[in-house]
Amino acid sequence: MTNLVLVEHDNSAVKSATLHAVAAAQKIGGEIHLLVAGQNCRAVADEAAKIAGVSKVLLADDAAYASRLAENTAKLIVGLAPSYSHVLAATTAMGKNVMPRAAALLDVQQISDISGVESADTFVRTIYAGNAVATVQSADKVKVITVRPTAFEAAAATGGSAAIENVAAAGETGLATFVGQELSKSERPELTSARIVISGGRGMQSGDNFHMLEKVADKLNAAVGASRAAVDAGFVPNDYQVGQTGKIVAPELYIAVGISGAIQHLAGMKDSKVIVAINKDEDAPIFQVADCGLVADLFQAVPELESRLAA
Amino acid sequence: MKVLVAVKRVVDFNVKVRVKADGTGVETANVKMSMNPFDEIGVEEAVRLKEGGKATEVIAVSLGPTQCQETIRTALAMGADRGIHVKTDVELQPLAVAKLLKAVVDKEQPQLCILGKQAIDDDANQTGQMLSALLGWSQATFASKLVINGDGTANVTREVDGGLETIQVKLPLVMTTDLRLNEPRYASLPNIMKAKKKPIEQVTPEALGIDPAPRLKTLKVVEPPKRKAGVKVKSVAELVEKLRNEAKVI
Ligand SMILES: Cc1cc2nc3c(=O)[nH]c(=O)nc-3n(C[C@H](O)[C@H](O)[C@H](O)COP(=O)(O)OP(=O)(O)OC[C@H]3O[C@@H](n4cnc5c(N)ncnc54)[C@H](O)[C@@H]3O)c2cc1C
Ligand SMILES: Cc1cc2nc3c(=O)[nH]c(=O)nc-3n(C[C@H](O)[C@H](O)[C@H](O)COP(=O)(O)OP(=O)(O)OC[C@H]3O[C@@H](n4cnc5c(N)ncnc54)[C@H](O)[C@@H]3O)c2cc1C
Repeated sequence: MTNLVLVEHDNSAVKSATLHAVAAAQKIGGEIHLLVAGQNCRAVADEAAKIAGVSKVLLADDAAYASRLAENTAKLIVGLAPSYSHVLAATTAMGKNVMPRAAALLDVQQISDISGVESADTFVRTIYAGNAVATVQSADKVKVITVRPTAFEAAAATGGSAAIENVAAAGETGLATFVGQELSKSERPELTSARIVISGGRGMQSGDNFHMLEKVADKLNAAVGASRAAVDAGFVPNDYQVGQTGKIVAPELYIAVGISGAIQHLAGMKDSKVIVAINKDEDAPIFQVADCGLVADLFQAVPELESRLAA
Repeated sequence: MKVLVAVKRVVDFNVKVRVKADGTGVETANVKMSMNPFDEIGVEEAVRLKEGGKATEVIAVSLGPTQCQETIRTALAMGADRGIHVKTDVELQPLAVAKLLKAVVDKEQPQLCILGKQAIDDDANQTGQMLSALLGWSQATFASKLVINGDGTANVTREVDGGLETIQVKLPLVMTTDLRLNEPRYASLPNIMKAKKKPIEQVTPEALGIDPAPRLKTLKVVEPPKRKAGVKVKSVAELVEKLRNEAKVI
């Protein structure tokens, strides 16, 4: 058995989601190879080679993979897959975009967003916004899998010394070109890997009011998230959304401010270790999952919280 | 340009589903079913393309049991021109759905297929990508903006982890919708009446030459571990004290 894990990166560094996908591969067992597809991304391969438990890093350095367009990247994976028992990627925008395309070309039914490994062919995944947990078995020759990062403890980023092997590019399909991107800039930790997350909902009333949360976040070294309602209202960009159809987070501490606790939101945060809710409505469903609830007006509670955190 | 929209019948997003006592699945008998919300966004986008003179015909396709016709009627009431129902009682997994849709596409020859980024029941997030792969077309997932250019290409802005990304793709294209693409309309009563007269063609997987048998076997379905509600604190001071000294997370 050999696993191939697609590395998530930005051509300069490995993204932490990769370490969780490697952890899932470790649970499956067998050898672990990594695939770095990108352009001028040797540094990524060097970093990937140090991940614990990895025996080989395949490096496909070519313009076709500069922004990991699905068409080209899936084609590369399809060429490599026959040598592997499992092909995995983290459930990120990139993993979700590329892996099903590769799976279809391999005539394989992908197993999406697994949160557990029972054996080499049996996996656990949540369905219906986290209201049910299914155990599924695959008989496909190659298992194509996306991995929910929060469900697996990260593999160690160092300690390994894998060999790096260049692989030939599989060609440019010519179907798509990258035009540009608008990335949210932030000095704060990334939402999906932060130890503490503070999220705001419709109760925040405006984007300006999110500065209150940012001030708390800066004191706690936390990331800032949001409910769908807050994103739809334009308070914050789309990449802040936590939930069934946004990002799944499981920090040590999740603070929900002015969020009612719809199941779609809970699906994205209910595996957090400690949940705090601040809401003026004592019947808000968020209190049913909160370890610590404060019934209060957020416009008083949040500034007070910030001042009490002052070291 | 013809546009094909896939519309899936799912348990309504407001329903709190229950796991069946025998662990074989979730209770879907007698629960409210609706069109997958991402597919409503897909229908809306297709209808807007038609209203804007970019599309000539909008075809809504649903796969599954007889009741899928209701979902197709909803799409027709929103402005789709006709429907295709691929009727089967087999449990459909994304690869099978993609193969069946491909067979429909081969017949209908649309230039654009719009699917939801994920179905809110199974949350697989695969079908559009798979359809695009099987067709050998370009793909644009998680779309929040679509611009059809005059030269046989389209620009699509995508919701990605770090923000937004724009790609230019060649038509024909498979696109999957994200939440911010548009706000779907409600069907008006006159349009609901009109939709009753629009045609829905029925086909079977056999007639399309596709074996839809599931590849993944569901061994069991259970309830997730329950989180119990904790305590209510009276003040911010008490909250900070608890987080610092009891939970030790700050
Ligand atoms: C297909 C689909 C996908 C979805 N995906 C997601 C998703 O991924 N993530 C997500 O979050 N949602 C998602 N939703 C939306 C979800 O159903 C809810 O509509 C949304 O989560 C509500 O956001 P909210 O809690 O901020 O707003 P509301 O439900 O309006 O709650 C606002 C809360 O703020 C409180 N409040 C107001 N003012 C104050 C104040 N001054 N002080 C204290 N509290 C105050 C109110 O008491 C209320 O509880 C999805 C919905 C659909 C249909
Ligand atoms: C425990 C369990 C119980 C299940 N019970 C049932 C059941 O009772 N009935 C049943 O039919 N299936 C059932 N399924 C199968 C499940 O619904 C399929 O896996 C599903 O058709 C494909 O996954 P998805 O919709 O999440 O794919 P996604 O890739 O998330 O779907 C994305 C998009 O694909 C399109 N699409 C997908 N399916 C269809 C469709 N059928 N018609 C039109 N467009 C579609 C839509 O545009 C949708 O927005 C069950 C699965 C499990 C695990």
